[in-house]
Amino acid sequence: MRGFLLNRLSQSLVLLLIVSVIGFVVLNLIPGGPLAQFGLDPSMTQDDLNRLKEQLGLNRPLWMQYLDWAWRLVQGDWGHSFRDGAPVLDVIGRHLVATLLLMGSSTVIAIAIGTWIGIRGATHRYSVFDYLATVGAMVALSIPTFWFGLVGIYVFSLRLGWLPAGNMYTIGDGSALNYLHHLIMPSIVLALVHVAIWSRYMRTATLDVISQEFVKTARAKGLSERRILMKHVVGNALLPMITLAGMQLPSVLTGALVTETVFTWPGMGRLFLDSLGYSDYPVVMGLLMFSAILVVLCNLIADIVVAIIDPRIRLS
Amino acid sequence: MAARTEAVSGDDAALSVRGLTVDLPKGMERTHAVENISFDLKRGQILCIIGESGSGKSVTANTIMGLLPKLIPVSSGAIHLDGSAIIGAPAKKLRGLRGRVVSMIFQDPLSALNPLMTVGEQITEVLTAHGVGTKASRRKRAIELLTEVGLPDPELMYYQYPFRLSGGQRQRVMIAMALALEPTVLIADEPTTALDVTTQAQILKLIRDIQRRKGMSVMFITHDFGVVAEIADSVVVMEKGRVVEQGSAEQVLKSPTHPYTQRLIAAVPHLTGKDRAVREKASNETILKIEGLSKTYRSGSALFGSQRIVPAVKDVSFDLTAGRTLGVVGESGSGKSSLGRLLIKLQDSDGGRILFEGRDIAKLSESEFRPLRPRIQMIFQDPFASLNPRSTIGQILTVGPVAHGMPYAQAREEARALLAHVGLDAGAFGRYPHEFSGGQRQRIGIARALMFKPKLLIADEAVSALDVSIQAQILKLLDQIQRETGVSMIFITHDLRVASQICDEIAVMQKGQIVERGPPSQIFLDPRSAYTRELVAAIPGERPRDTRPIAVNS
Repeated sequence: MRGFLLNRLSQSLVLLLIVSVIGFVVLNLIPGGPLAQFGLDPSMTQDDLNRLKEQLGLNRPLWMQYLDWAWRLVQGDWGHSFRDGAPVLDVIGRHLVATLLLMGSSTVIAIAIGTWIGIRGATHRYSVFDYLATVGAMVALSIPTFWFGLVGIYVFSLRLGWLPAGNMYTIGDGSALNYLHHLIMPSIVLALVHVAIWSRYMRTATLDVISQEFVKTARAKGLSERRILMKHVVGNALLPMITLAGMQLPSVLTGALVTETVFTWPGMGRLFLDSLGYSDYPVVMGLLMFSAILVVLCNLIADIVVAIIDPRIRLS
Repeated sequence: MAARTEAVSGDDAALSVRGLTVDLPKGMERTHAVENISFDLKRGQILCIIGESGSGKSVTANTIMGLLPKLIPVSSGAIHLDGSAIIGAPAKKLRGLRGRVVSMIFQDPLSALNPLMTVGEQITEVLTAHGVGTKASRRKRAIELLTEVGLPDPELMYYQYPFRLSGGQRQRVMIAMALALEPTVLIADEPTTALDVTTQAQILKLIRDIQRRKGMSVMFITHDFGVVAEIADSVVVMEKGRVVEQGSAEQVLKSPTHPYTQRLIAAVPHLTGKDRAVREKASNETILKIEGLSKTYRSGSALFGSQRIVPAVKDVSFDLTAGRTLGVVGESGSGKSSLGRLLIKLQDSDGGRILFEGRDIAKLSESEFRPLRPRIQMIFQDPFASLNPRSTIGQILTVGPVAHGMPYAQAREEARALLAHVGLDAGAFGRYPHEFSGGQRQRIGIARALMFKPKLLIADEAVSALDVSIQAQILKLLDQIQRETGVSMIFITHDLRVASQICDEIAVMQKGQIVERGPPSQIFLDPRSAYTRELVAAIPGERPRDTRPIAVNS
């Protein structure tokens, strides 16, 4: 188990290194560079630009810039935003809670509903329910998230007036209920596609387990169907799903970026788009590294959870 | 359903089946899974139900357990279990009987236990499900049961997970689970088929001992007449869903009346103890010489100290004369299959020499070995998995030779001729593997190997997945091919009886090493190593019948 952890941890570090190199190089290959926006300002002279480059260290070779940036990153100094000079970690931190709230709630929705649909679809295979769930999943998978968002806003905000069209809270009303009211639509919209994915995988996993011999053994022991399902089927079927949950995280994160834009949700997605628009390279790189660390960390946690639950890995 | 009209045949039957017919869904090869079958399992006896695959023996067992899938309904007949009618009984009543009055153990102990639950949990679950005892008394009972089935360290075993146990130990756990509530009837569905021969002997003994001690009635399903000879009091022979013969074990084994039973018994491979006659064309030339061959598997990472090292083949040496067959026999994990893969260079060896026609092929690179590859061919175990389902038989047979430079027209002609040779009609050329039975597919597999006109055939458990009657035919075919083409063969098998049928010489492997080598007469009649002696003694049904205590049939 210790060897396994060390092994996975070292793999993760190598992965982060590769992500950072690729991200840094690609970002700096984009035409224009970090100072492009000043080029449009008629009051900036070439001398001003050169001085700015000198100040920000942008006149050094790329590899030097990378090493400098990476060394500071490791020490906890993620740089300062070009826009307002605030430390990158602070900027991310301000937007982090909103994004985590959105991702967390939609992940909970996706797993709860997706698991239920998947198990029911497997135990009632080829029933009307199973058929509708299959069609529903196909629809949810083939329609982009922003479209669901726009339709949701049109129906529930403009037509029915039940839910707010955007933002995280009404200004002047900081109650939990108000937050929750704003959270409903974006989290459901973000969850939709993941409910579809999760339910399909869960259905397959459950079918796999149902046809296993040990389920027949459980029947032969005289257990009730309910106990067979809860104790023997679901536990074994969820095992591969934990890994899936870890792997789904990047897609939830990407979905969150889109959803936040549609619902003017003040999270990292909005920050990312804004920072790109301003060529705020330190914040963009910071966000890239932050999400990479988040993804790697969650996959690591998923592996550890599987190892803890599965005695075959835990004890060997 | 006429469950009431049929009287239960007296109190001496723990289980009685009358006129049972189970339908198959439309479009299957026959209309009934079982048709109008009747038999009794007398109290305190072992009844063997024997038949080949598709004979309906497992369907019968599942019907008695009430575990038939909804797709195949019982259409008529009656089953009485300890006096209560099974057919037509409500699901709740059946559930109450399962595990309490009738228990079942299955073929594959590797998949029959839940990998995420401890052995103890899985045993106490039976008691919990039927509302028996308290938490403490259930635990006590489980440990009692683990002791009874002969598992070491029952207290510790209680907390073990199945993956830690060997196949034999898992089957013991299954038996403990089945015995938890002292059922009247135990149904054992091929419980020893997936086990090694020595383990099989132990499990058979355990089942027989427990049955005697508790006066339990056992319905034992098997395809192996050796097993029948070992434990049966009475026998039911099934063929294609019908009972063709039943009677006491003595009667059925010694003087079978139905032609199918006679054919089955005749097809059972026996230890011959006689050596194979040397072929006329035989030369004394050595085609293959192995010197100090070894292979070690390493898994995990050496860097973090979690590496596992498994020596699969250790310093193996032997030689094979052209046109002869060497049997490599061993239990699972003995390294026999690894040896086969090394010889055909599907895997690289770590050390030693493989001299094929005098040339060391062990050190050749893949590209250097490629021209030699047609000369060493393999026949695989699973005739279902080893043929590409999307290729026609013609494509399967010709693709290799064409890749090695044979013109397609010639390859096609040779393929057609070979199909006829292995006993298939030439029409097979354009058909797909799924249209053939297991035995026919194995013939195709043999034809595929012969397309290259190999000098050496390596057959890895080539008949293990087949029914005995098919097994006998394939062995005959291999023997005939060897006589005609003079090909040399390495025949890898776990079944000593099969090896004794076809091999000129046998090498017994244990833990990666050859422990004994000699002609069949030596191996079976005068084994020199203790391990070989143990293996030979474990073969079911090979002891003279009069040394076996037989229960008296009333």
